Amino acid sequence: MPFSLLKYGLSADYPVEVDLPPPRELKSSYDVVIIGGGGHGLATAYYLARYHGITNVAVLEKAYLGGGNTARNTAVIRSNYLTSEGVKFYIESVRLFKELSNEFDFNIMYSERGQLTLAHTDATVRAFRQRAEVNKHFGGRTELIDRQQIRELVPCLNLDPGHLPVLAGLWHIDGGTARHDAVAWGYAKQAAKRGVEIHQLTEVQDFVVENNRIAAIKTNRGTVRCGCAVQAVAGTSSLLMNKLGIRAPLHTYPLQAMVTQPFKPFLDPLVSSSALHCYVQQTSRGEIVFGGGSDPYPLYHTRSTLDLKESLLAHAIEMFPFMANAKLMRQWAGMTDMTPDYSPLMGLSPIDGYYLDAGWGTWGFKATPICGKTMAELVAGGGQVPELIAPFGLDRFSRFQQVNEMGATAASH
Amino acid sequence: MKILTCPLNGPRNISEFTYGGELKAMPDPKACSTAEWADYVFNCENRRGLVTEWWLHNASSYWFLAERHTGTDEVLRTFDPRELFTQRVDFAAQETRS
Repeated sequence: MPFSLLKYGLSADYPVEVDLPPPRELKSSYDVVIIGGGGHGLATAYYLARYHGITNVAVLEKAYLGGGNTARNTAVIRSNYLTSEGVKFYIESVRLFKELSNEFDFNIMYSERGQLTLAHTDATVRAFRQRAEVNKHFGGRTELIDRQQIRELVPCLNLDPGHLPVLAGLWHIDGGTARHDAVAWGYAKQAAKRGVEIHQLTEVQDFVVENNRIAAIKTNRGTVRCGCAVQAVAGTSSLLMNKLGIRAPLHTYPLQAMVTQPFKPFLDPLVSSSALHCYVQQTSRGEIVFGGGSDPYPLYHTRSTLDLKESLLAHAIEMFPFMANAKLMRQWAGMTDMTPDYSPLMGLSPIDGYYLDAGWGTWGFKATPICGKTMAELVAGGGQVPELIAPFGLDRFSRFQQVNEMGATAASH
Repeated sequence: MKILTCPLNGPRNISEFTYGGELKAMPDPKACSTAEWADYVFNCENRRGLVTEWWLHNASSYWFLAERHTGTDEVLRTFDPRELFTQRVDFAAQETRS
């Protein structure tokens, strides 16, 4: 409104909107403690406060908000997975992402650009047919397209890279991207507005378990009692679970990515090839983001290696030869907690009242909204596991009922 | 380039090797429960610190053990598995039951 603008322009007390209230002391007790102030933890807090009326919640973050894998991923949003369990889950996530800017009244810069995955072998073409059909069955928009259609979508793509000519593509119209920091801050701001306390620089050091039930959490700022707790700490999941004696099939691998100098817009879809271990996208700022496979062995570190850069960029240049002249601007890594079946660990743990949101490996960002929503349902229901996440329980490994998403990762890991 | 010292072939580029997982004690496949076997097959400690783990030198198909710090990526020692495994476990001989 122009008049109110003029009024505030002339007045000395312009209502500055504060995203997060200033830090305060920890209370002695909360109904729910969420460990990890990344996208998943903050989303869980938001859905608890907004849809379940549970606001006596603390989010404990050992460093700063969204500073872990939330800020380190390559911000790919898609739902073209392989299993029906996975597709149902991620389709719901994409749907929530589309509405998120409106829900927050805060722009997360969601951009539906489509995602193109390339097939270089007959076996991959067959797998793509299956993925396209599973996706369509659950309401997603995915098609198998031929070389001519790929050429029209991405004119600058080399369709005959080395010994691996492109045979077909899986064109996922729902694929897109969003600003990952904005997603975390949108959730944080809206959760805080409803009374959730967000404590940064608060590291969980140990747990108090009474009668096999989580009773309190010891942090570097004192001990807080809690009704229940949710763990959403990505790469360091095992370190917390080991303190509670929870055994899980997690391996922590570094995943490296990098970004070039900005270019004029030339690449609309997100392009990936699992045979070339590479995915490429152009950000809204014009930079080209490259991501690839994880490091070849586990490590709790975010260092970078020249070996991985060389192999990843060699493949990227095969796909887009003109990029050989591009200059790299930044590179980084994140620690990913990989599961053997490439599906997450969500739901109950052997400790009562302690809920897991782990095993997010290299596919966590795209699940942020649906993770928050289902974890909030789990907490609000007192441990009643929502149907959508029932297949992802930790106990699936002792029942030999894995949910195999191996064929659906953007780059083979 | 990172160098790993193979007990059989000497110092080589780490790209010549494949990581083979943590060293775990195998339960007796005849006597253990399904849950114990699943725990052995899938679960691991995934600790940050000094761990003992399996590595394979690809070209010579030679498996050995390494003590590595999973926080700093320092390899303290590599050694032949015969230091720990003195008896051969023969699975084939046990397939006669029922």
